[in-house]
Amino acid sequence: MLAALVILFREVLEAGLIVGVILAAARGVPGCARAVGLGVLAGFAGSIVVAIFAAEISSAFDGRGLELFTAAVLLLAVVMLTWHVVWMADHARELTAHLRDLSRSVEGGAQSVVVLGIATATAVMREGSEAVLFMSSIILQNADTAANLALGSAGGLALGAAVSVAVYIGLSTIPLRWFFAATGALVTMLAAGLAAEAVHQLSNAGLVPTSIDVTLWDTSWLLSDDSFVGRLLRVLLGYRDRPTVPEALAYAATIAGILLLSRHRKLQKLAAHAISARSSA
Amino acid sequence: MLSSIRQFFRGPSLAVAIGSAALCAGAISAHAAEGAETSIAIKDHKFDPAQVKVSAGTPIRLTVNNLDATAEEFESKSLQVEKVIAGKGTAIIRLKPLAKGTYPFVGEYHEETAKGVLVAE
Repeated sequence: MLAALVILFREVLEAGLIVGVILAAARGVPGCARAVGLGVLAGFAGSIVVAIFAAEISSAFDGRGLELFTAAVLLLAVVMLTWHVVWMADHARELTAHLRDLSRSVEGGAQSVVVLGIATATAVMREGSEAVLFMSSIILQNADTAANLALGSAGGLALGAAVSVAVYIGLSTIPLRWFFAATGALVTMLAAGLAAEAVHQLSNAGLVPTSIDVTLWDTSWLLSDDSFVGRLLRVLLGYRDRPTVPEALAYAATIAGILLLSRHRKLQKLAAHAISARSSA
Repeated sequence: MLSSIRQFFRGPSLAVAIGSAALCAGAISAHAAEGAETSIAIKDHKFDPAQVKVSAGTPIRLTVNNLDATAEEFESKSLQVEKVIAGKGTAIIRLKPLAKGTYPFVGEYHEETAKGVLVAE
């Protein structure tokens, strides 16, 4: 039972962390809890479909199907999180005002909610199919083992959900003044880490030329990806103990992209304000 | 809802989407050498054979046949591979050229029995 609990917890830890961060980062966006909830359900449903077709997906594209599929899901998550950070940078002031005084409304929250739902679904789906495949063996075992596995799996899932709640509560203690800046930075690094992981998947699919696919450094002696802290930092900040050049490039490009887009949006908004101020004068 | 989706696509994310698509296409068009073929089976939650010898310095294409009805996850920290294999399924694992040495791997779902090692020489 304990073995099943540990395995399932390891599978859902990443999703649990990401969902917690998304929930916190979307504080104040109307309907965000519902969107994230629906995202979890959609992601779980998607996981079951992927698990059912796992053999077919895996053998597609000359055995590269799973890696390509995972990379696509990861890149979709990166795009959604990018959009979210840029939107939040744009609306942080309104959202802070809304959190201080709930009667104030936030404009354009509906589109942001769609993005949050999709981002959540991708996070759950990415490793959810592995959890579903693991749990599918429950029905193949004799009653005794099956009960043990089922109990352990339920415990693992509950722990994953507890991680989401803990992350949400932990992040919520950040004072409002810095809250959106802090969560924005966190989501940015999280997205960059997912982009690096997408590149890692493409590398495992044999699609990155070996001439450039070289390891940049090895800090596994200091902090291994396998350790609990390593795993946490890997998900939250994109830490890798043996990153390759393309992975590091993807990480840096994502951060640069998000920063540039946020700045671009701010400048656009300032320009729009200046024009409307002049025409009303 | 629809309009919000449409608006979303007009947003800055489009640039990112196109960028990542281009990155993806670029990666796919780059062909890596397919390398030496070798295979291994999973039976009764054990790897068979438990030790695989490969030559160092060349890419390897490792086929893992899961003969069990239950799913397994091929995991190797040293090879940086983590790949789930459905029950009665097959997975192809592509490895970059390896330095001489031993690379342990496990079946994560049955770690106490599913242990193996890849020896590059």
